[in-house]
Amino acid sequence: MNTLPPLAAPPRAEPDYLRRDRSLRSWLCTHDHKRIGVLFLFTLTGFFLLGAIAAAGMRYALLSPQGNLVVSDLYNRLFTMHGVIMIWFFLVPSIPTVFGNFILPMAIGAPDVAFPRLNLASWYVFLAGGVLVLTAIGAGGVDTGWTFYTPYSSTYANGYVMLMASGVFVTGFSSIFTGLNFIVTVHRRRAPGMTWFRLPLFVWAIYATSIILVLATPVLAITLFLMALERGFGVGVFDPRIGGDPLLFQHLFWFYSHPAVYIMILPGMGVVSELLTCFSRKPIFGYRVMAFAILAIAGLGFLVWGHHMFVSSESLYAGLVFSLLSFLVSVPSAIKVFSWTATLHRGSIRLQAPMLYGLGFVALFTIGGLTGVALATLPLDVHLHGTYFVVAHFHYIMVGGMLMAYMGALHYWWPKMTGRLYHDWLARISALTIFLGFNLTFFPQFVLGYLGMPRRYAIYPPEFHTLNVLSTAGASVLGVGYLLPLFYLSWSFFRGRPAGPNPWGATGLEWRTASPPPKDNFEETPVVTEGPYAYRPEEAAP
Amino acid sequence: MSTPAAFLALEQASTVAGKVDLIGGTLLAVSLVVVAGLLAVNLYFIVRYRRGSPAPRPPLQISPGKLEAAWTTGTTLVFLGFFFWGAQLFVRMERPPPGATTIDVAARQWMWDFRQPNGRREFDTLHVPVGVPVRLRMTSEDVIHSFYAPSLRVKQDVVPGKTVSLWFQVTKAGTFTLFCSEFCGSKHAAMVGQIVAEPADRYAAWLAAGNPGSIARRGPALFVRYGCAGCHSPGGSVRAPPLERVYGSEVPVAGGGFVHADEAYLTDSILLPEKVVVAGYQPLMPSFQGVIPPGDLVELVAYLKTLGSASPPPARP
Repeated sequence: MNTLPPLAAPPRAEPDYLRRDRSLRSWLCTHDHKRIGVLFLFTLTGFFLLGAIAAAGMRYALLSPQGNLVVSDLYNRLFTMHGVIMIWFFLVPSIPTVFGNFILPMAIGAPDVAFPRLNLASWYVFLAGGVLVLTAIGAGGVDTGWTFYTPYSSTYANGYVMLMASGVFVTGFSSIFTGLNFIVTVHRRRAPGMTWFRLPLFVWAIYATSIILVLATPVLAITLFLMALERGFGVGVFDPRIGGDPLLFQHLFWFYSHPAVYIMILPGMGVVSELLTCFSRKPIFGYRVMAFAILAIAGLGFLVWGHHMFVSSESLYAGLVFSLLSFLVSVPSAIKVFSWTATLHRGSIRLQAPMLYGLGFVALFTIGGLTGVALATLPLDVHLHGTYFVVAHFHYIMVGGMLMAYMGALHYWWPKMTGRLYHDWLARISALTIFLGFNLTFFPQFVLGYLGMPRRYAIYPPEFHTLNVLSTAGASVLGVGYLLPLFYLSWSFFRGRPAGPNPWGATGLEWRTASPPPKDNFEETPVVTEGPYAYRPEEAAP
Repeated sequence: MSTPAAFLALEQASTVAGKVDLIGGTLLAVSLVVVAGLLAVNLYFIVRYRRGSPAPRPPLQISPGKLEAAWTTGTTLVFLGFFFWGAQLFVRMERPPPGATTIDVAARQWMWDFRQPNGRREFDTLHVPVGVPVRLRMTSEDVIHSFYAPSLRVKQDVVPGKTVSLWFQVTKAGTFTLFCSEFCGSKHAAMVGQIVAEPADRYAAWLAAGNPGSIARRGPALFVRYGCAGCHSPGGSVRAPPLERVYGSEVPVAGGGFVHADEAYLTDSILLPEKVVVAGYQPLMPSFQGVIPPGDLVELVAYLKTLGSASPPPARP
């Protein structure tokens, strides 16, 4: 250090995180949470397209009651591929790994996550799991469904069950790494003045999700490991012929997979709280209750797994208890819906694309939640379990809810991530197309389910034909809705107008730095002096 | 019986179907009110408070805590109402009434194998009487299947390694679809059958016309084939409890106490002989789990019941 730095440093001395170093190596070895978020964004987009192709194949097959477009075995492999990829390679990682990574450290005023190397390791482990799963699919696939129910999966199924399960097993470690990282980051790296009750609800949601990820994922790993032991080495755990219990698998599997439902929806709830406040210029209604509702859902979510097993031959009393608890877990979700609505009251509302996605989430999540209440009602579940009603219900939560929130997050934070704006009207058209296409695809499936059409049927009785054709028609509209953003967002990345640091006039800390942000996020560490949603609607009005 | 769900055009063909639809229809109505209400309120806010509108936006006058308490309490009460309504119906649906006709069901990839009380066997088609409670005693020979009859609003997973039960009472004659609703392999979607419900007298005539004889008629042969006779017959090589007049009796158990010898006890004693050992005998018998297929097991147990019973079999729910 023998020379002084030049006196008149140019403004923006530091290049942003995208332009700092353009080499491939700098991306593949990055420890920057923003770049890792972008890596996940590309990876997940790829997996989403694969999962969507499988779905398209299924909807095409179901155009005909005879199922003569593909053979049954192919259909069975398609729905397994669709489920495995969409659950573990899109929905579970989606908002946490992309926007949790990109936004969460900035939202709490930190330069990075607590463990940047572990963060990169999470992406590589995720890729390794993905390669195993894609190999299994490429080699001929698996027909067990994403649930891997025993003894079918452990004894009877042909196909690459072990490979597929090991891919899911490996990917679980990515979930655990990311979850652990976010928990420590939120505890240890908050900026001065960023108290717990000044955290944005998005951060609360990712924090609660991370706790579930860390606590529940090991159970999935153990379950799949035991299933593999039985399949590979004949160790009797689940198959009654060798001394096992098939229901034990279901208990273990759903002990992970029901909390996983909340892994998939809580981040969406967090995003929507950011969107509705920003685009109505209003503080969130009932901030503390909203934060506690997130924690309540995360906690109660561990106690309702048995509602997947009402007709499995679990005991009558287990059924009653799980039904009661399932009703109770719906209460905090209902509170959130009412609070979102109340947030709009006396706001100053603009229906830009992220807001349309946010409102779409509220509408579809409400329908998904109410049909969930139907499934928690014991005698109704007896009739509806295993039918298309269940398929429609969880797609309203997962696609109507989580995917709308994911798209909302993408459109909301896109200017921050790329520094550029996209074509707002195209984005609005895409949001509406997705909303309409989604309802046309999945609403008929509620009716199909009530009429008794079982899921996972490659062929079906002709009386279900009309509704299936409607559903497939809707799926093509939905597909167009999902393809549009690929084009206008790509265009925006190269040619979009510069966004500036805060195009939406939002209050979060992430908007107090440049777009795209520099490597360490902030020129100087921000100091927080007020709550997260200091919006003033009366000022936004003319 | 007309219910709010009748427009969905799914037949109501069992005693519970109307009750299930009534809960479903009520919940549907409540849901529609909630969705329509939320939609109206949201649209009103979006229009009235659009950016640039002159609507006044003074701070809220009532405390948010009261609103939150109100909608939390309201939601909880409505949910509890549906829980209890559903729970009491579910308890009734789970418990078969006394005196139900029992039909044995074995599910396997990819067929339904039914045995009527008199031993008449049929595949993928199940004849039942109208107006009589029917109890299905079901097991699977391979993977998990699920017995689902939409028109009857009943469903029960059929699990290998255990015997599960389902009951219904059909209210009108007709043919109703039977699905397997738990994925069970390549031809899962083809594991479809039908339930043929006939008036009790026609059902009785149908039953009498087909292969008459007892479900237990193959019993003596099976008793020898699986080696039971080697120990349980007089002069057997190993000392084992005699089985005459066991069914319906109170059997003394090693370690004290008695166990009532019902069908479940007989089945368990074949599959899990060490679970309950008869007083004065050694636990020498091997397990026949996986050795005797469920179909044969049904016939074997039926045969044991014919070996005389201590008392008339009690009607057990």
